[in-house]
Amino acid sequence: MPLLEVRGLDKRFGGLQAVRGLDLAVDEGEIVGLIGPNGAGKTTVFNLLSGFLAPDGGEVRFRGRSTRGLKPHRLCRLGMGRTFQIVRPFPRLTVLDNVKVGAFARHVRPGAALERARAVLAEVGLAHRVDVPARSLTLPERKRLELARALATEPVLLLLDEVLAGLNPTEIDQIAPLIGRINARGVAILLIEHNMRAVMAVSHRVVVLCFGEKIADGAPAAVAVAPRVVEAYLGADDEARGPA
Amino acid sequence: MDPVLVAQGVVSGILFGGVYSLMAVGLTLIFGVMRVINFAHGDLMVWGMYLSWLLATRLGVDPAVGFVACAACLYLLGAALQRGLVDRIVDAPHEMQILLMLGVALILENAALLAFGPEPTRVRSSLTAWTVWVGPLFVDMARLTAFAVALALAAGLGLFLYRTDLGRRMRAAADNVYGAQVIGTDVRRVYAVAFGVGAACVGAAGALTASFLPFSPALGLSASVASFNIVIIGGMGSLVGAFVGGLLVSLAESLGAVFFRPSLKEVVSFSLLILILLFRPTGLYGRRLP
Amino acid sequence: MTWIGLGALAVLLALPAVASPYLTTVCTLIFFYGYLGQAWNLVGGYAGQLSAGHAAFVGVGGYTATMLSLEAGLTPWIGMWVGGALAAALGGGIGYLGFRFGLRGFYFVLLTVAFAELLRVITSNVDAVGGALGLYITFTGDPWQFQFQDTRVYYYVALALMVGATLVAWLLERRRFGAYLAAVREDESAAEALGVNTFRVKLLAMVLSSFLTGIGGTFYAFYLFSLQPGTMFGIPLSVEIIIRPIVGGAGTVAGPILGSFILTPLAEVSRLYFGQGGWHGAHLIVYGLLLIGVVLFLPEGAYPRLARALRRRGR
Repeated sequence: MPLLEVRGLDKRFGGLQAVRGLDLAVDEGEIVGLIGPNGAGKTTVFNLLSGFLAPDGGEVRFRGRSTRGLKPHRLCRLGMGRTFQIVRPFPRLTVLDNVKVGAFARHVRPGAALERARAVLAEVGLAHRVDVPARSLTLPERKRLELARALATEPVLLLLDEVLAGLNPTEIDQIAPLIGRINARGVAILLIEHNMRAVMAVSHRVVVLCFGEKIADGAPAAVAVAPRVVEAYLGADDEARGPA
Repeated sequence: MDPVLVAQGVVSGILFGGVYSLMAVGLTLIFGVMRVINFAHGDLMVWGMYLSWLLATRLGVDPAVGFVACAACLYLLGAALQRGLVDRIVDAPHEMQILLMLGVALILENAALLAFGPEPTRVRSSLTAWTVWVGPLFVDMARLTAFAVALALAAGLGLFLYRTDLGRRMRAAADNVYGAQVIGTDVRRVYAVAFGVGAACVGAAGALTASFLPFSPALGLSASVASFNIVIIGGMGSLVGAFVGGLLVSLAESLGAVFFRPSLKEVVSFSLLILILLFRPTGLYGRRLP
Repeated sequence: MTWIGLGALAVLLALPAVASPYLTTVCTLIFFYGYLGQAWNLVGGYAGQLSAGHAAFVGVGGYTATMLSLEAGLTPWIGMWVGGALAAALGGGIGYLGFRFGLRGFYFVLLTVAFAELLRVITSNVDAVGGALGLYITFTGDPWQFQFQDTRVYYYVALALMVGATLVAWLLERRRFGAYLAAVREDESAAEALGVNTFRVKLLAMVLSSFLTGIGGTFYAFYLFSLQPGTMFGIPLSVEIIIRPIVGGAGTVAGPILGSFILTPLAEVSRLYFGQGGWHGAHLIVYGLLLIGVVLFLPEGAYPRLARALRRRGR
């Protein structure tokens, strides 16, 4: 049974159908990439999965149970973690205190939460910045913090929303391997990413969304050359360029 | 229930509604353009009232005319407040804005207290105590004038916003600050004008009511709450909403005073506020606070 | 820092033996407003939910205990807990409504003000609780009735309240609830994604805060020997409650205390200086200036800035 099972997911905003009939599955230990041109509805899907938005139709099952009506904090306790596209650190708290909030999801005692927080921060490479207020961090550091916080909640499925966005190639090369390492510990990952190189390299499977609909689902190499996918991206590119 | 009494309540309610609308229009303009919640709104109105009193007693200017000067002074005060203080917190978290404007409100209210004392004051104008009978109902000329002037000012404001360049730029800034800047708008100036006009509106409202309502510095808080009440009902950022809201709230309060004890009038407005906050904070016409 | 705190406490415990009655009274007020500020701090500072209507809880607590004492002869020592419980119920109700309906920031502030003002107006019009004239407590000097001949007892009671509330804040800060309060204040959505039940956290903070404030209401009523709707429920009291933690440092343990030590003497001095006619609006102008100053220059309050400066000195 898949860890996450999505069937016929629908969401509309006023007149706009943001997500249409989406079927998606993530197995334990898998890394699934969710890609698609801008505006394809990827973050909306994340918001629907993590309980921030209520679907208009369809079903989401996580670890065998329906997530209908569950709020984000319940889903987190059930083992679903997420990061945000635009990072949301707790600005006035230190890096350590930021991660402790996540650790408290699994450990009630402050001492245990502290230990867990330190361990996670070491894993993501922020051990040297633990006492810095989060608002003083650089963007790559904030991305690591966002990751650390979600990891501290000990998720079995991690939703990563464009964790590499805004980073330069060097920074990407430093952070991307983290994703693999986290997965190696048994955490399934569903990631939204625009950086094709990274997604194709790290994912076991790739799902392509276009205007709210799934247009491809399979191994990275196959998806990359699928005609519908190529057309979606090139077509979107043309629109973006506009009249010359 | 005596139908004449009810009808009188309706008439008084509508007439006073003009003033309420003017107050609310000022507040919603400030919010619409700058997303700033002016907690000092009621206290600006109180200063409009005291200025009217000063003009009447020290310079012998009839409040029926003097309100123009009051509006002008409040405009300057509003613009100065904006340039000096509000400008710095336009992008700050809402809590900070609230605290800053609360500080301004405290200063304004207690400066009035120091200057004029806590006792209620009245102003006499050529219109005070001049009533006209329309059938079984009487119409207070001071209130009628206030209503007419408020209507005229609101209409004038509408013309300003939709027919003049500065007005259009103001609406543009309200919609999209970045876009407004791209077309060459001096946003700081627009903000100052908006705050000034907002203050002038409420100052005029104050000056107009001063001739038929007793006032004291303590009125500032209830005036602020009344303004928020109206703007929330009518919709933050919507001028039409503010205007309609003003009439509605005034009517509700007036009828509330007719059917219940007058001292419970505030119970009606506060209960209304709570209900609106819970069930429709966007009001009839407005947009959600970010 | 803790050594300074303990040392200061020792000084404060010994103070009434050497201080003048006037100084003792001022200190009693410092402690009492510090207590109210610390109670507010739990929901306003730590959880970041700005409530400008906390006087409602003072009023409910004070009026409840007073009515129970006047009508049923119930000792305020018990009455204060009933008052606190009722205040907590009110706080829970306001919190439930506000948070369930998603009211934040400005809308929540307005909700709290509306409730406080509503209570004020209703109390003014209900003769059974004294109406506009209010209630008066006859002086008997009976400690069982929460009345003390020796004003120094009030000093110690107020000090105990302030220390008690501060202990609550200090304990919470260190535990999971404290971390969750801060998370809710900083970013609710991010907190939700990390397993924080933001609704429950905010509600609990509100209930705890209003409970403590309600108990303070009993002290206030029996210290002043009279209650009026305006004094017990009014905006001026709400302002007094919030200004100390805001100036001193919202969301810190020491903030409300520091704020009270700065502002209460200030208010007293200006009251003496401008006190003709029995009104004292002048200190409110100073409050207004301080609020503006804090927002523009010291948004975290005095204590964090002070603590940083002392830490730097220590290096």
